[in-house]
Amino acid sequence: MTSNLVKSYFRMDKLPHIWCPGCGHGIVTRAVIKAIDELELDKDKVCIVSGIGCSSRAPGYLDFNTLHTTHGRALAFATGIKHANPDLEVIVITGDGDCSAIGGNHLIHAARRNIGITAVAFNNNIYGMTGGQYSPTTPTGDKGTTAPYGNIDKGFDICKLAQAAGASYTARGTVYHAQLLTRLIKNGILNKGFSIIDAVSVCPTYYGRKNKKGDAVKMMEWLKDHAVNVAAAAKLPEEKLAGKFLIGELYHNPQPEYTEEYKKITESLRRG
Amino acid sequence: MTNRQAKLMQGNEACLEGAIAAGMRFFAGYPITPSTEIAEGASERLPLVGGKFIQMEDEIGSMAAVIGASLAGLKAMTATSGPGMSLKLENLGYASLTEIPCVIVNVQRGGPSTGLPTSPAQADIMQARWGAHGDHPAIALYPNSVSEAYSVTVTAFNLAEKYRMPVILLMDEVIGHMRERVVLPDENELQIIDRTKASVPPEEYLPYKADPDGGVPEMPAFGEGYRYHVTGLIHSENGFPTTDAEKTAILLNRLMKKIDNNLDDIIKYQEDSLDDAEIVLIAYGSTARSAKSAMDMAREQGIAVGLFRPITIWPFAEDKVKEIAGKAKKIIVPEMNLGQYRYEIERAAAGKCEVIGINRADGEIITPEDIFEKIKGVL
Repeated sequence: MTSNLVKSYFRMDKLPHIWCPGCGHGIVTRAVIKAIDELELDKDKVCIVSGIGCSSRAPGYLDFNTLHTTHGRALAFATGIKHANPDLEVIVITGDGDCSAIGGNHLIHAARRNIGITAVAFNNNIYGMTGGQYSPTTPTGDKGTTAPYGNIDKGFDICKLAQAAGASYTARGTVYHAQLLTRLIKNGILNKGFSIIDAVSVCPTYYGRKNKKGDAVKMMEWLKDHAVNVAAAAKLPEEKLAGKFLIGELYHNPQPEYTEEYKKITESLRRG
Repeated sequence: MTNRQAKLMQGNEACLEGAIAAGMRFFAGYPITPSTEIAEGASERLPLVGGKFIQMEDEIGSMAAVIGASLAGLKAMTATSGPGMSLKLENLGYASLTEIPCVIVNVQRGGPSTGLPTSPAQADIMQARWGAHGDHPAIALYPNSVSEAYSVTVTAFNLAEKYRMPVILLMDEVIGHMRERVVLPDENELQIIDRTKASVPPEEYLPYKADPDGGVPEMPAFGEGYRYHVTGLIHSENGFPTTDAEKTAILLNRLMKKIDNNLDDIIKYQEDSLDDAEIVLIAYGSTARSAKSAMDMAREQGIAVGLFRPITIWPFAEDKVKEIAGKAKKIIVPEMNLGQYRYEIERAAAGKCEVIGINRADGEIITPEDIFEKIKGVL
């Protein structure tokens, strides 16, 4: 049974999607449309912009103004759209490689400008589309097809990166904590400036298999067992947090938004 | 005619003013010599006319922002030079395939790589045609004066909007930085072309539906209720990805035919004293100014020299060059590169007449005397 939510927001004739069995990206995509639905956004005014990779195929399935751009560049295209027409609600769907490797420069500068864009990083710790190469969020020691002896790189924390660069809202959810993820995306959209939601997904096909993480269910259980809500974490001693990762709203500090600041300049010039 | 005052302007300034007159309301850029004055001017002028300027984090991002803004409904431009142009190519190809109108100014400097940042060159001629990967259509225009920097920029926007594609405006450091007396046309006298918006309701709209024989699809802006999909993957007329060989061929063929079927509309050039010319100079941009002086020097000595100046570099004025090659004894091609456009001219001349290059890629201009000496040398 297809839910009314899916019927309302998916381009039904574009399904089935290309994602592998067990992939978490469908859950993240649903969280995006659920957030849009709960906020009752006007479909005609919503633009969904993506880069390249598994995550970035999502906009093609969604019934909005949708733009599938070049690898890593979604935030730069989105910046052009938002600046040209600030009335549009611009949501970027990106992946860990797309936003923190090839698109890392655009990520930190979109955050620095605090432009009113909400980015959702479908973070599956791997380059899935090309068959399982290690990404900037592949944990150290884990394997990829280009890290056959184990990855010696250190991973990025996408939220810390964006916060340090100036994002006014950062949050992390997982595909196990689907309702929380929806709430976080909703709050990200409500934040006027740049918001990023690190949506921890699962890739059983490449990352999972290569690293003996078990099937999709096992990987979801791992998320359940290792994610600690930021509110709960505050009350826990440090040793209890070893090997765990934080989920929830990690940072929210409203700051002047880029297009509103630009508008102030235009208006002051008009007043002469 | 009070608004037709003569002004002293720089080429880069005139380019910006032409863009604004053409309706440009979005500029994204990144600082680079010798094009920076265009970005500086845009940052000052655009908010005064209700437009938007943004300095992006890099050249790739500024090209991306331009495409995004164009999709959101604004006429958009970026400006750069060699090293930046190399970075723009990724999204230039995207704009070609997705048919997003925009203008990319390349004020050429010496290369390759960081090259000679403050010296003129004309060495990005082939890049303008073939720089982006994959088969794609290309329009590149090249003014030779400050006045033309204005008018040809207007043309660049008109062609971008009419054919829904990126248009490259080539200049060189000489044209970009030179100051000349110009009389700008009254804005009311300019012919301005805007993209065609959707003529059908959203439920009937297909974003890439057009006559397969070079048709240009209609383009509503994001936010106007059409909710369509744009992708850099090969797509069918509904805008969604396809790997179907026939649909791929239809799309690429239509993109190329947008140019091939409209050569007379797109190709602009200037002919000077060609009728009796035994030696024809083919030159563009600032080098065409030296060529004109050399021609005058030769004519004074009774040597029958003519000048053909392409304003449209791409598509190439092949028929015209063939005609010249059939009549002239020799063609001389002075250019500030090691013979890029000469390859194309030799191809068109196909042995009907000798094609001789005058080439410099050392940061120095080709002087009238250099060309005049060559004319005398080949007599």
